[in-house]
Amino acid sequence: MDSNYELIIGLEVHVQSKTKSKMFCSCDANYFNAAPNSHVCPVCFGLPGALPVPNKRAIELCIKTALALNCKINQNTKFDRKNYFYPDLPKGFQISQYDQPIGYEGYIDIETKEGKKRIGITRIHQEEDTGKSIHSNGETLLDYNKSGVPLIEIVSEPDFRTKEEVTAYCKRLRQIVRYLSVSTADMEKGEMRFELNMSLRKRGESTLPKYKVEVKNIASISVLEKVIDYEFKRQSEILDNGELPQQETRGLVDMSGQTVSQRTKENEADYRYFPEPDIPLIEISQDMIEQIRAEMVELPQAKKDRYVKEYNIDADTAEAIITDSATYVTFENMIAGLSPNYIVEIAKWYTGDYFSLVNNKERHSGFLDSMLVDIVKMVVDKKITRANAKEVLEISYTQGSKPEEVVEQKGFEIVSDTGAIAEIVEKVIANNPKAVEDAQKNPNAAMFLVGQAMRELKGQADAQTVKDMVLEKISK
Amino acid sequence: MKQPYELTIKEAIDLMNDGKLTSYDLVKSCLDRIEGMEPTINAFTYISKEKALQQASQIDERRSKGEPLGRLAGIPYSLKDVYNTYEEPTTAGSKMLDGYISPYNATVYEKLTQEDAILIGKTNCDPFGFGSSTENSAYGITRNPVNTEHVPGGSSGGSGAAVAYGGGLFSIGEDTGGSIRCPAAFCGIYGLKPTYGRVSRYGAIAYASSYDTVGPMTKDVYDNALVMEVISGIDEKDATTSPSDIPQYTEEMMTTIKGKKVGYVKEFMGEGVDKDVKEALEKALEKYKALGCEIVEVSLPSTEYAIAAYYVIGISEASSNLARMDGMRFGVEDSASNWKEKIINARGKGFGAEEKRRIMVGTYALSAGYADKYYHKAQAVRGLLKQEILKAFEKVDILVTPTMPVTAPKIGENTDDPLKMWLMDAFTVTINPVGVPAMSIPCGTDSQGLPIGMQLIGKHFDESTIFAFANAFDSSKE
Repeated sequence: MDSNYELIIGLEVHVQSKTKSKMFCSCDANYFNAAPNSHVCPVCFGLPGALPVPNKRAIELCIKTALALNCKINQNTKFDRKNYFYPDLPKGFQISQYDQPIGYEGYIDIETKEGKKRIGITRIHQEEDTGKSIHSNGETLLDYNKSGVPLIEIVSEPDFRTKEEVTAYCKRLRQIVRYLSVSTADMEKGEMRFELNMSLRKRGESTLPKYKVEVKNIASISVLEKVIDYEFKRQSEILDNGELPQQETRGLVDMSGQTVSQRTKENEADYRYFPEPDIPLIEISQDMIEQIRAEMVELPQAKKDRYVKEYNIDADTAEAIITDSATYVTFENMIAGLSPNYIVEIAKWYTGDYFSLVNNKERHSGFLDSMLVDIVKMVVDKKITRANAKEVLEISYTQGSKPEEVVEQKGFEIVSDTGAIAEIVEKVIANNPKAVEDAQKNPNAAMFLVGQAMRELKGQADAQTVKDMVLEKISK
Repeated sequence: MKQPYELTIKEAIDLMNDGKLTSYDLVKSCLDRIEGMEPTINAFTYISKEKALQQASQIDERRSKGEPLGRLAGIPYSLKDVYNTYEEPTTAGSKMLDGYISPYNATVYEKLTQEDAILIGKTNCDPFGFGSSTENSAYGITRNPVNTEHVPGGSSGGSGAAVAYGGGLFSIGEDTGGSIRCPAAFCGIYGLKPTYGRVSRYGAIAYASSYDTVGPMTKDVYDNALVMEVISGIDEKDATTSPSDIPQYTEEMMTTIKGKKVGYVKEFMGEGVDKDVKEALEKALEKYKALGCEIVEVSLPSTEYAIAAYYVIGISEASSNLARMDGMRFGVEDSASNWKEKIINARGKGFGAEEKRRIMVGTYALSAGYADKYYHKAQAVRGLLKQEILKAFEKVDILVTPTMPVTAPKIGENTDDPLKMWLMDAFTVTINPVGVPAMSIPCGTDSQGLPIGMQLIGKHFDESTIFAFANAFDSSKE
């Protein structure tokens, strides 16, 4: 976005926690594809006399997320009521947290092409989801299955300056909650949703703009990116005319990123927050915090940094490995007990040839991850050539055959007898006097001789060894 | 000999155990009494005749076979019409819930059913507990059986009247600012507001969640203690219930009060208290002195602000609690196609004047720009009040005050002056924000023969001391 304006963005992200039951009742929280209103009880249906009882597991997951995002923990926390009327809000209020959120003052480190950046986390709190309004044929139908499902809200500081930072943050956050098993964060199922707070300022200015536009209910990262583009254009046009965009809440028209005004500042909702009297204050003990901390797995950025530092894996490869738990767990199992020279190579093969096979070919049930290790070891130990190793991998992957057997069958074992190689090299030199002459003038021309020798060796020799030998012999 | 409907729970149980009374005859006697009294009193919103008689026969049969029975086997009782049960309607005294049948049972009902008590009906009340006279109910006013020109008190006025005239042997009231104690005082019965958290609120339609309590209204102290043993205890469906053990109230009420310290609250004996009420209280204090207690004067200076603080917090919570009455899933509906109109119209039609008044004032008190001045200020007063009362309990074992500054007003006397009605509750509303238990017991009558109630206020979870003082007072009468 080459422009006179700089983006100022803060994000609110809602993540649906992975718990068995809902936030304040014992209804099954896994409502996906269930018949409408089949996962409801007096509590989440908002019937008179029903009372909320907080889900301990959900609170633990919220604390876990807060710790992962380097937040401080409010050891005395409470729930509050956020009051407003809407048909899909059965109680006429949402149970949320107002002034004592579970976590506050944290951060997430993200990486873009521009390098690393730290994004501040203002607060993390626990709340419950609303029901769902389904509009069709001029009617509105209500499904309360989603009502009362636990949500973690993560509010960032207005620290984003580019769209790429926003994307990197959302992906990193999704990765973190998945690593922690806090949420499956499946955006198709609405398990991760975004609210954008965005304004623009002239490049070079350092104060926050005098307005802020809020866009609610964004269901995916790709739509979020489109909204940023749309709003950037809309707001810059207003600013270009010397006007200030209105402080307002906007909503999406469709998935194109286009937004429309929903509410301006004058008629902003007054949620009349007050402490939820049906739920006692919650004390989070130091013991509980330590226990949750002890359960914490290594987080994506730390893992990536360690791969780069300890194993010398390049940053892009490391990023590909840390994508998700399954990917890094497979990798870490493969490299267990191996020396670093193997590990770097395994990382490359794993994210390169292996990933491409995963995406393009059917895996044979007989293929084991350890076979990839065996193949890479043979390459590193110069027992087979790289090119042949690819073929071995593909055969093993698709047919489940043992790599050693494939190598033997195909006769891929490298000729490591230098005497045999020397014999061939000498023969090639003797048969190509013109080429030898050229190569003596220009060492690059020696590649022809190397190629000839490799052909004679049927490729079963280390190209570098052959090249070294050719150069040695012609220089004499 | 007494008619069965005139019996206490203990008397009835003893007679049934001795084979001198059947549950069927007891229930029938109460139902007949109800039939005779209701045209005048209107204590009930719903009467469960067939089901109650059927249950009574079953209990009698089980008893004749020698099967084990619950502790309240065959005893007919009523529930204030704020408790959800799925076989009877639950209206909360409001038109909003006219004909509403709940799909679930309140915990207190489950516990009583577990002990084989028999529900004979639901009692009239001010809508959602909003009132001290049962004159606001959408189902007509309830009259005081002691003198039908007078109100029975409220909001559990139907319960007070029913117990007083024999429409069931006890009732479960609900007390947010005096709704059990006020009708107990006006109708001359025993009403306990337990410690907040002692009895589960699950299934009780909420007025103000941080004040609401569920308690027994009975004909004597023993019955009250007995019902408390049944309905108390932790409930996994109410996060505010306490895990502390349930005392044997019926035994602990026999404890001597000799040597205990009785505090009388200076501020509750002054201006505005009827002469007869004051005299009755003074006599009661004399009696406690004669029983070996030391009488200590206690001052609660913050009570001056207690009514204001009570109402601000209470109706703030109420405004939020009643938001679920939106005509979308139950209750009064409206056919407007626009959701906002649908909700506004349903609430406009369903709520009566008192509900609207409290919702509006409560909403205002929580609004941006006003919450600090009202809601948060009131919470500060609540903190102060709590401190003062806890401090008083460092010096005394119990506080004794009039339950109400007056005896039952005449019907219609205060309906044009809601403020006067609100002020009448000064001595009861002070208790709920603090959460301590308090009981109203009869301590005489005024010159017109109307009952006077004495309020015994105990420490948190110390209902036993209240029962002991109530029992000592009654025992010395005979």
